[in-house]
Amino acid sequence: MPANGLTRALQGLGRRVTDRIWRLGFAARFLMATVMYSGTALRRFNLTIREIYFTGVLSLIIILVSGLFVGMVLGLQGYDTLQRYGSSEALGILVALSLVRELGPVVAALLFASRAGSAITAEIGLMKATEQLSAMEMMAVDPIARVVAPRFWAGVISMPLLAMLFSAMGIFGGYLVGVQLIGVDEGSFWSQMQASVDFREDIMNGVIKSFVFGAIISWIAVFEGYDCEPTAEGVSGATTRTVVTSSLAILAADFILTALMFRGA
Amino acid sequence: MSSEPLVKLTDVNFTYDRRPVLQGINMEIPRGKVVAIMGLSGCGKTTTLRLIGGQLKATSGEVKVNGQVVNDLDNDGLYALRRRMGMLFQFGALFTDMSVYDNVAFQMREHTDLPNELIHDLVMMKLHAVGLRGAQKLMPSELSGGMARRVALARAIALDPLLILYDEPFAGLDPISLSVVGKLIRTLNDALGISSVVVTHDIQESLKIVDYVYFVSEGKIVAQGTADEIKDSAEPYVHQFIWGEADGPVSFHYPARSFGEQIYKEAARAR
Amino acid sequence: MNRATLDLWVGFFVAIGLAALLFLALKVGNLASSNVGETYQLQAEFDNIGGLKIRAPVKSAGVVVGRVADIRFDPESYKAAVSMKIDARYKFPRDTILTINTSGILGEQYVGFEVGGDTEMLKNGDTVKKTQSAVVLEKLISQFMFNKAQDESK
Repeated sequence: MPANGLTRALQGLGRRVTDRIWRLGFAARFLMATVMYSGTALRRFNLTIREIYFTGVLSLIIILVSGLFVGMVLGLQGYDTLQRYGSSEALGILVALSLVRELGPVVAALLFASRAGSAITAEIGLMKATEQLSAMEMMAVDPIARVVAPRFWAGVISMPLLAMLFSAMGIFGGYLVGVQLIGVDEGSFWSQMQASVDFREDIMNGVIKSFVFGAIISWIAVFEGYDCEPTAEGVSGATTRTVVTSSLAILAADFILTALMFRGA
Repeated sequence: MSSEPLVKLTDVNFTYDRRPVLQGINMEIPRGKVVAIMGLSGCGKTTTLRLIGGQLKATSGEVKVNGQVVNDLDNDGLYALRRRMGMLFQFGALFTDMSVYDNVAFQMREHTDLPNELIHDLVMMKLHAVGLRGAQKLMPSELSGGMARRVALARAIALDPLLILYDEPFAGLDPISLSVVGKLIRTLNDALGISSVVVTHDIQESLKIVDYVYFVSEGKIVAQGTADEIKDSAEPYVHQFIWGEADGPVSFHYPARSFGEQIYKEAARAR
Repeated sequence: MNRATLDLWVGFFVAIGLAALLFLALKVGNLASSNVGETYQLQAEFDNIGGLKIRAPVKSAGVVVGRVADIRFDPESYKAAVSMKIDARYKFPRDTILTINTSGILGEQYVGFEVGGDTEMLKNGDTVKKTQSAVVLEKLISQFMFNKAQDESK
């Protein structure tokens, strides 16, 4: 075949596409293996509890503080817009709905991806680079069952809890700014909120979203760590990829889930 | 049974990404002996070790460990076999999130239901064997290179294996740690009645402790013999290796066309 | 970090996470007020429901007594068939009139019950006959303009 510019460009394109698809397939098989070998992580639950500490508990501060500030900003901005139409009592609805439906799950997931996801990738990547995973394999212990699965499940469990804390904190922030600072009527702030926020439709759908996001982030994080080049550049590259890929995946998944859940409601 | 070698490689080929890494390797590791595989970096020594441990599968040929063909084992069989092997990685590969004690206890906790008191006694025995009983509470980051290597050795013998594989056990050690580790390899081998495979390029240290040496170059075995035979070897490659000469069969220059030709061509292009 | 401290922190984390869910469910959401009690279903047909939506409140004398459960278009009568779930604690006379109202000028729309004087009460599955459609703002305005124009031409 004559290797002129066009064929070479097409070849390059083709190789990139097949590489991506191959990697996606590999990642899917890796997820299957993780779920299949989860017996150890669930039976010896203290392994998973340890990882919940590192992913969940250590993310608490950033989640709570960001939640509070996001809620306070929502309170300020929401009030500014709503009072132009003379309906500032609807501030509670605005703050609560935007938090439980969207901002809570999505922003908490983005923070989680950069706080915990990157840490998971770096940790597993370093274990690979220093041959700890190989050593484990040589000791007849499957690293997927012993190292990957507990971290995966810890992420899946932590994420919804963090998202709910983010929403609760945000609503509290909105309350602080709206009611305590600006002086929106406290009664109508809460009662309007309660009248419009549905437990199943709004809150539970938000929780389901955060579950899905937790699974996506944990999956990407453990995969990038396990698959990275066992060198310093490999680990740092994988860590960056975890944050970028999972952030994009969260936003895409959020669009799909929102379209499925809140269509017509 | 005992006359048969513990590890036997027959006509083993290994190809990675269409690049032949090993070609027609024949090797025997007798029981109770310390065997060294030597060669330059990237010659396929570590690959041989990984074939024995079953982390890689031979492209063709047969790797037999303790009567079992490693290439034919399924995952469970391989894991069962690996419980009878210990491996010491290049830089120890200690689990950085666990203390020295937990590192050594790791396999006992994973593979046995022994009560905690018994595990404690066993860990103390293993740590005592490498002289680090006092370091049990330290974390791997607090250990020197030589100590980390010794802890990793204690971990490798945790379940009393038949065979220990050493991947560059001398790399990056100071002279004292080097001879401590060398001595430990020999004494553990004899005291526990195990067999050892040492992959290394540290010729002086390993010749003091090994029984038999294989020289690997470019994926082939180029020389073999007992430690004394190797010292007196007339083989130019072995000679260069032992005496560390800069030039010889292993050329100083990376393959390239002749220097004069290259200068002439580049000068022509610049014009 | 020893095992007990780890367990304690994780326990604390899960506990405050669940507390957040409880806060969302009871204080922010409507779990406390709805879904708890028994309900019964009522149907009604409207000529025009305006901007009424599923889950909009049903109010009587300004108090929420139920929610709109479903809105369909009836292809035979060409009307909107609305079914509502009403709190079982509240019973309404058979001649109650249903209207679609708006809270404020641009607020959300709700179904209002104007209670009649019948001694018989509505039961589960009943259909309310008397209804009043939503007030469509555009119609109101155009009507007003039309009348004004007529007045002036006189």
